[in-house]
Amino acid sequence: MRVRIRHEITQRFAPGSRNLSVTVRLTPRPHEGQFIQRWTLDLNSDGRLHPLEDAFGNLCHAFSVDGPTDHVTVVAEGEVETFDTTGIVRGTVEPFPPALYLRETSLAHPTEAVITFADSVKDASPDPLSRLHALMVHLHETVAEIEPTPTIMPMSAHDALVAKASCPGGLAHLFTAAARHLGSPARHISGYLAEDDEGTARHWAEAYVPEIGWVAFDPGRNLCTTENYVRLAVGLDAFGVAPMRSTGFECRESVCAQDGRVPTRAVQSQSQGQN
Amino acid sequence: MRQAFDEMSSTNGHVRPAYETLKQWLSTVPQDVLDHRRKEAEYIFRRIGITFAVYGEQNAQERLIPFDIVPRILTKDEWGRLSKGLEQRVKALNMYIRDVYSKREVLKAGVVPEDLVYKNPAFRPEMNGQRVPHDLYVHIAGIDIVRTDPDTFYVLEDNARTPSGVSYMLENREIMLRLFPELFSMHKVAPVENYADDLLATLRSLSPHGGHEPNVVILTPGIYNSAYYEHSFLADKLGVDLVEGRDLFVKDGIVFMRTTEGPKRVDVIYRRLDDDFLDPLAFRPDSVLGVPGLMSAYQAGNVTLTNAVGTGVADDKAVYSYMPEIIRFYLGEEPLLPNVPTWRCREADHLKYVLEHLPELVVKEVHGSGGYGMLVGPAADKAQIEKFREKLIADPGNFIAQPTLALSTCPTLVEQGIAPRHVDLRPFILSGSDKVRIVPGGLTRVAMKEGSLVVNSSQGGGTKDTWVLDA
Repeated sequence: MRVRIRHEITQRFAPGSRNLSVTVRLTPRPHEGQFIQRWTLDLNSDGRLHPLEDAFGNLCHAFSVDGPTDHVTVVAEGEVETFDTTGIVRGTVEPFPPALYLRETSLAHPTEAVITFADSVKDASPDPLSRLHALMVHLHETVAEIEPTPTIMPMSAHDALVAKASCPGGLAHLFTAAARHLGSPARHISGYLAEDDEGTARHWAEAYVPEIGWVAFDPGRNLCTTENYVRLAVGLDAFGVAPMRSTGFECRESVCAQDGRVPTRAVQSQSQGQN
Repeated sequence: MRQAFDEMSSTNGHVRPAYETLKQWLSTVPQDVLDHRRKEAEYIFRRIGITFAVYGEQNAQERLIPFDIVPRILTKDEWGRLSKGLEQRVKALNMYIRDVYSKREVLKAGVVPEDLVYKNPAFRPEMNGQRVPHDLYVHIAGIDIVRTDPDTFYVLEDNARTPSGVSYMLENREIMLRLFPELFSMHKVAPVENYADDLLATLRSLSPHGGHEPNVVILTPGIYNSAYYEHSFLADKLGVDLVEGRDLFVKDGIVFMRTTEGPKRVDVIYRRLDDDFLDPLAFRPDSVLGVPGLMSAYQAGNVTLTNAVGTGVADDKAVYSYMPEIIRFYLGEEPLLPNVPTWRCREADHLKYVLEHLPELVVKEVHGSGGYGMLVGPAADKAQIEKFREKLIADPGNFIAQPTLALSTCPTLVEQGIAPRHVDLRPFILSGSDKVRIVPGGLTRVAMKEGSLVVNSSQGGGTKDTWVLDA
């Protein structure tokens, strides 16, 4: 499938701000399931984009804005050809061995509730892949997916579990925290979901299965990723995949991802705070 | 516990040669004169404002660290052995950190277990594959040393993040010179005053690019930090700017300092700020103490951070227990300074032993410091031991245990006169791109309470001037 994406982020700053530093994580890398046909980044200011790669192999850009200004806008736009790999993710840049992805983070912290939740599928199967599927099903049945809340980071694993409802980012935190507790390396993925005439930014998870490799699970939709998914960034949690990091106070995102063959355009907007 | 080795009187009561003159002098000076000088020293400390705040206390008010006027003396030979061992240790620490963030040979060889690195909160994935200027990570190390007999010095702890205390080492010497000039004329004491020059030379040698005179700054979290005095003291001694995060900014991968004459490029940052707070774009997004974009400048190789980011992966107490193997692995040498035997509670058989011997052991948190969260078995009552046992069983990986060492004692002026008190030693090791520099001595910390083994200033410990005799 050919997916067209337009992702615009505007970060607000106090009026008259000077010497601002911004990092964006807005450039997808290819893997066996996706081929980047065209990708551009645009700034509303005259800053120069310095490409860099973060620790997890994500393509980032750092730039400075002299100011004075009260906002910075970045637009990422491009086309990605995707293929269905039944959720198996191969051909990615892997700076770390899977064992690193057993690390705990504050957003994917195994609290007692998370541990109890994870342990309930511990004996579902001796096979790690089946156990991870059982975890996804159990998560899907326990915690409902809701629209992302504006202006905050995704919920933590614990909060998502307790609230029994969470945005996809919170579901991914819960999935990764539980999978790690069960001994499977797991990580947080940001990207896009293109479906017919509607496209969104989305978070999901990947878990490592020996002899197969990394497998992508979207617990909110109870499936392994398909050709409708475009993978943007990987990290230990939502902090690690944040599309923009800076010191401003309000961040507004608008994302449009659509099947390149469908001529209509649908735009979905959401606000997401970085701080 | 067996009787501790006293550095002046040995265990058999014979005065050791290095202390002969001091002992004689002490016996001729009346107690009230000593008391008077001690008060004078306290007055000077108070006047110069060298205080610290204790975290976790309700009115975290500024406190004076007790200063003991009786110096601690090491011979040239003892120091020679110590400094060789320290240099070896810091060399291995640097090689270990470099490896952990690049090829990870030490993990592949199974010398250190993977999870101790990957699951370590102090491991910074952001540093993976990142070359640092001159391949040096720990430029300023504080290695804590304890002694149990005339010949045995143990490393008790490595401090590879932002070790503090050097201002006390320098102030203590200055005050001793003022109060007891006669003692210095009777001994040939190696100077420590050149520490500031050594530190500046080290920092300058670490500049990411040679050539012009690099601009060095000290980055402090601000006046509320317990070590703020030291930050401003060092900036003053080095003649460099003391800055806070808001004084710096990053433009196109280069760090600048705001000055009245416009932006000035910064080459080396001696940062006294924890990793977590360094850059809100890379680490804690709520940090207002750091410099946005600093990590991207660091990644671009345009600035040196001293110490490097992520050095904590080498100095927690679990990694400590592997240091002898780490030294052998990288240097192919036997450690010149031994470790204190350590049980790793993460290992089942070690945990079993520890749980069975709690009343005899010292149990510490892997990431603890400042003497907090530790159990000194012989000094604890039953209830404390049982409470600790529960903590230990709940999270064994978080603890290590060591035998209760009979730390050496040094003569110390207390209310009843001169009496032995337990001491340790923190020498400071500077690793520059040109060479390693260690000023003779370091900071001697002393447990002022009789019998106490806890020398941390937050727990009522004091300090002493440390003399290395030149002849």
